[in-house]
Amino acid sequence: METPTNTLINAPKLADRAYNIRRNALRMGKVQGQGYIAQALDISDVLAVAYFHAMRYRPEDPSWDRRDRFLLSNGHYAIALYAALIEAGIVPEEELETYGSDESRLPMSGMASYTPGMEMSGGSLGLGLSIAVGMSLGLKCKRSEARVYTLFSDGELDEGSVWEAIQWAGHYKLDNLIGIVDVNNQQADGPSTQVMTFEPLVEKLKAFGWFVQRVDGNDLDAVVAAFDTAKSHPEPKPRMIVADTLMGKGVPFLEQREKSHFIRVEQHEWQLALAALEAGRQA
Amino acid sequence: MRTIRSAPQPGKPRLTTSAMIASIATEGQKTKPAPFGHALVELARSRPEVVGMTADLGKYTDLHIFAKEFPDRYYQMGMAEQLLFGAASGLAAEGFMPFATTYAVFASRRAYDFIHQTIAEEDRNVKIVCALPGLTSGYGPSHQAAEDVALFRAMPNMTVIDPCDGHEIEQMVPAIAAHRGPVYMRLLRGQVPVVLDEYDYKFELGKAKLIRDGEDALVISSGIMTMRALEATQTLMRDNVDTAVLHVPTIKPLDTETILREAGKPGRLVVVAENHTAIGGLGEAVAALLMRSGVHPRFRQIALPDEFLDAGALPTLHDRYGISTAEVARQIKQWL
Repeated sequence: METPTNTLINAPKLADRAYNIRRNALRMGKVQGQGYIAQALDISDVLAVAYFHAMRYRPEDPSWDRRDRFLLSNGHYAIALYAALIEAGIVPEEELETYGSDESRLPMSGMASYTPGMEMSGGSLGLGLSIAVGMSLGLKCKRSEARVYTLFSDGELDEGSVWEAIQWAGHYKLDNLIGIVDVNNQQADGPSTQVMTFEPLVEKLKAFGWFVQRVDGNDLDAVVAAFDTAKSHPEPKPRMIVADTLMGKGVPFLEQREKSHFIRVEQHEWQLALAALEAGRQA
Repeated sequence: MRTIRSAPQPGKPRLTTSAMIASIATEGQKTKPAPFGHALVELARSRPEVVGMTADLGKYTDLHIFAKEFPDRYYQMGMAEQLLFGAASGLAAEGFMPFATTYAVFASRRAYDFIHQTIAEEDRNVKIVCALPGLTSGYGPSHQAAEDVALFRAMPNMTVIDPCDGHEIEQMVPAIAAHRGPVYMRLLRGQVPVVLDEYDYKFELGKAKLIRDGEDALVISSGIMTMRALEATQTLMRDNVDTAVLHVPTIKPLDTETILREAGKPGRLVVVAENHTAIGGLGEAVAALLMRSGVHPRFRQIALPDEFLDAGALPTLHDRYGISTAEVARQIKQWL
């Protein structure tokens, strides 16, 4: 959107956008009876700010040349991005019912050739920042003012390729690249800080030549400020937003469930989760 | 468990390992310098979307020629092959045509998933150009890409080409640029032999070409093995063995029509010769094609063995593994 939506009269507030993204994700989870729902709930606030405050795009023309690019490196978060793409009007809402099914354009893992608005094929972790480096470079060569946003997960920091891209982007001063790392401290085999320590992350990224901010990724005002600063910061450096998030955010019984990479949700609990989400909104 | 080799016998004369990047040109052979680099410069003059990228091997893949001519279109990605191919995908997504170079071992073995997911799966217009294909280094398995063709053949959307000489490399560069989609090209660099110019040869993507006809045997070959086969025909002629050579520079997609036509001619021994492991390369591709099509000539393979190859001098290794000119001729004669 050329003008940030939240400045429009009567436009839904960011909190409503985040709520709708969570609700879309839960509805998709209900269809399939599974999904990386705890991650989707933790990243919904970041996606709301990205799609309804920070980024420029045209819902009716997802490949508009001057759009800001959004790369989903952690392809298993696709359920969250579909929820945002539906809210943004890029994917029709009725397709939500097809999530993860045969012939669907919304497969479990995000792939560029399936879904309008999906810029890369994820699934294999650690790919996104490398692609982002090439896109950022390409946009600079074309004198484009578009930015490349790349969402990835703290677990991906284990991948050497991520650091290849971080080192190169710092060396080349790719100031049109904005990385967002979701620190929910959970990967396939357990807490990320136990699997392979990535802290002190801010200091490491700064040492690689990045402009770094660390925020509570579930505090909408803080996330808005971080995106604004990432865009306006004057130094010629790539930018990283380290977003600390809470898995299951917005659905209290999922927030409190024992943390794991793939949280099990019983069939009857999807409706309960939707109800809990709504109750939390009204409270 | 791997055992340590025994010490060599003292006093025996032996060839030295010339270098990591030993030339494949024989003494006095006609050569062209850096045909890929010069052809890419030519192409880039009329195609502004062409960019060059490498992972710390610009000089060793002849990309330095391009870098000198077009410094603003050349990207040094550092010794980071995963980044090289991921970033090439990103540039291609923005409308550029990256020619990304490294050694064949690093593209095929280290960065395979990145090429598979970010380039092939997304069908990005990236040209992957890799030096030291097959056994063209005496440096040992770290630099011997015996299995690169097998790996890239198995990848959907990927076109795989294996040039014979400098004459062909020059023609391949504009031809793969005209093809929209990912390409894996085996590269010969430095002083590259020139052979095919004497046969009125023209490269066409996807086409096999009969370079020489013959009545007793048909060699189906790609890459430097076409050069070796052509040399071997001279030796074989002295023994009254008349050998045809079908050059198959495009390994995927295979020119099935031409291969079936030539292999189906009665009375000839069919030998597939490749600078690659016997597993999964041109030999097995042709064998499967013949089997599927009900064409059953006498069939033999000249290829590298399924083992980690020795370090040493290239001529010694080519003899040892049966891909030198003399060994090609000897094997064909033995099979007739």
